[in-house]
Amino acid sequence: MREAQQPFHFVTASYVTRISDQKATNLCELSRGLDNSSDASVFYHTFQSLSRLHFLTEGFSNDFAQWVLAACNRAQLAEQLAALDIRDYLSLAELRGDLRRILAEYCQANPQHAEQTAFEPFYFCEGIEVTVPLGFEAWTLEAFRDGLERLSHASIYYHFIASRLRLQLRTNDFSLWLSTSIGLDDLAQRANRIDIYTNTLESARAILVGMVEEELSR
Amino acid sequence: MTTAMPLPRLIRLDDYDPVLGSGEVAELRALASHLQGRTVEMVNSTAVGGGVAEILSRLVPILQELGLAIRWDVITGGNDFFEITKAFHNALHGGPYEMPPESFEVFLAYNQQNRARLQLEAEFTVIHDPQPAALIEARRNRSGHWVWRCHIDLSRPNPTVWSFLEPYVIRYDGAIFSSPEFSRQLPIPQYLFYPCIDPLAEKNRELEPELVRATLERYGIDPKRTILTQISRFDRLKDPVGVVRAYQGVKRYLDCQLVLAGGGATDDPEGGAVLEEVRQAAGNDPDIHVLELPPWSALEINALQRGSTVVIQESLREGFGLTVTEALWKKKPVVASAVGGIPTQVIHKHTGMLAHSVEGAAYQIRFLLSNPSIAARLGEQGHEHVREHFVITSNVKRYLTLFLRMLGHS
Repeated sequence: MREAQQPFHFVTASYVTRISDQKATNLCELSRGLDNSSDASVFYHTFQSLSRLHFLTEGFSNDFAQWVLAACNRAQLAEQLAALDIRDYLSLAELRGDLRRILAEYCQANPQHAEQTAFEPFYFCEGIEVTVPLGFEAWTLEAFRDGLERLSHASIYYHFIASRLRLQLRTNDFSLWLSTSIGLDDLAQRANRIDIYTNTLESARAILVGMVEEELSR
Repeated sequence: MTTAMPLPRLIRLDDYDPVLGSGEVAELRALASHLQGRTVEMVNSTAVGGGVAEILSRLVPILQELGLAIRWDVITGGNDFFEITKAFHNALHGGPYEMPPESFEVFLAYNQQNRARLQLEAEFTVIHDPQPAALIEARRNRSGHWVWRCHIDLSRPNPTVWSFLEPYVIRYDGAIFSSPEFSRQLPIPQYLFYPCIDPLAEKNRELEPELVRATLERYGIDPKRTILTQISRFDRLKDPVGVVRAYQGVKRYLDCQLVLAGGGATDDPEGGAVLEEVRQAAGNDPDIHVLELPPWSALEINALQRGSTVVIQESLREGFGLTVTEALWKKKPVVASAVGGIPTQVIHKHTGMLAHSVEGAAYQIRFLLSNPSIAARLGEQGHEHVREHFVITSNVKRYLTLFLRMLGHS
C-alpha cells in the first residue's frame, strides 16, 4: 500500500449568505452591479451556485445566466453567460471582466432590451465562509476513498470546486494531492476532468470514487 | 392500577443520518465543536402554531445536543398585545394600519414587561419577528451578539409601522431574512436564512399508506379520486377563497376534490372570520372539504399532504411558505403563487409550477394532472431541493456558521 508524502486533510466549509444592498432590475443595472459588487458576490453567483443547485443538471449553471433567462427572457445572452466555465479562471477579476464584457456587448448590440424591466429583480449576495477540519485525514489511497465516501456535499464542493480559486491553479484539492503527494498523475488528471456542470455533486463523487477503486484494483 | 404510557422517543442527531447522509451530521458536529458551552437565547411570541414555533421546537434541542447552552423563551402578552402585533404583521406585509396611536405604547409596555421577566444575557440572543423586537433595549453596553430574525416579508411595509420599528431593528448586530426580496436597506448586515422543516417530525416523517388512507377517509375524502390540497391557517393572505375558485376552474375539466385544512395560531384573532368566508365560498359542494384542525394535528396534516395529488399554495403574500416545503419534501407536485419565499422553493418547471393568478393556478393544476410523469419528476427534484436547503439541519448549520463568524472564526 503506497503511503502519501503528506496526508489529505478533509475539511468542510459552511457558508452564510449575506444580502447586499445592490439589486438590478434590467440588464444595464446588472452590468453596473457587476462593476460595483464585491469578489465575494461574484463568487457567490458563479462558483457557489454550482453547489446550491447541484442536484439539477439541466438549466444554467450560474445565477447571472439563470436570471437573464428566467427574468429577462434573453436566451442568447443567457447561453453566452452560462458558457463561461469557472475552471478556466484563476481569479474572480478575470471572471468578472468576462461577465461584464458579454453583458456590455449585448447591451450595445440590443439597446431595446438593455433597459427593459425584468420580471423580478436580481439581488446581489455574498457567501461568507467558515472552514473547519472534519477531524480525519488520508495517508493512503484506501483512506482517501473512505474519506470521500463520508463527505457532505459542502465538503465535496469545497475541495473539488471552490478550491480551484484558492489554489490559483487549474486543478482541485483532490487532484493536487493525488498528483503531488501520492504520485498518481494520471488519476489526478482524470479526476480534474470530471465535468462539474453536467454532474451533480453526488454523481461527481461517485465517478471519483469509481476512479480511485479502479486504481486500487490494479 | 395505572398503565404507564410509553414515552415518545426523542429525536437524536444521529437519527438524521439515514435521511440526510452521515456527512451532513458530521459536518454539524465539526462546526459545533468550536462553540461548546456558548450561551444562546432564542425569543419569539408563541410556543405552538405557526412556522416559527415549529422551527424553534427542533432547532433548540439540536443545538443543545451539539453542545451549545441554549434556551428558548416565549414572550407573554394580553389579547390587546396580540391584536396589535397581528395588525403590525399585516401592515408590515403592506396592508393599512388602523390601530389607534396609543397601540405603540401598549406594544412597548408589553415588551418592557417581558424584558423584566426574561434573562437576555446570552452571548448570542436571537429575537424572532416584530413582536419582541423592542427587547433590544435590554442590551447594555453592546454586550453579546444580538440578531433580529425576521420571518416576514418587509419589502413593502406600511411606513407608519416600519418607522416605529426600524429604530429598534438597527440596534441589532444583524438581521436575518428568509429571502433577499424581503430585506430592506439597513445599516446593519443582513443575512439570508431559509426557514426549514424537520423531516423526522410528525408532520413530515414517512407514513404507512394505510394510515394515509384511513386519515383521508376519516375526513370523508375519497382516496381513490384526485385530491387538491391547500394546508394553511385561515388567513386572507393565504387566499383560501381564491383556492376554491382555482379548484372550480379545474373541476370544469377534471374530476377532483379540494381539501382546505387550516390550523389556528394563538396569535391570530382573524382566523374565525376567514374560515366563515371560505365556508360561504364553498357552498354546498360535497367535494370541498374545509377542515379546521387543532394545533396538535401534525400527523393528520402529514397524511393529508401525502394523500394529495397536487398541493396548492395560493398565497397573496407569504413569509416563506413552509407548507410548500413540507409538500416538496413529500415529493408532491406543487402549484404555488410566485410570492414571498415561494419562488426560492418552487423553481418554475424544475421543482414545481408557479402561478400568478387564480386562473394561472387552475391551468397549472390541470397541466400536472394531465401529465403525471412531469408531476413526478418535479416532485423528485423538489424533494432534493428541500433536502439540500430547507431542512432543520441546514438551518442549524447556518446558525453555527453565523455564530462562528461573529466570534471572528473564518
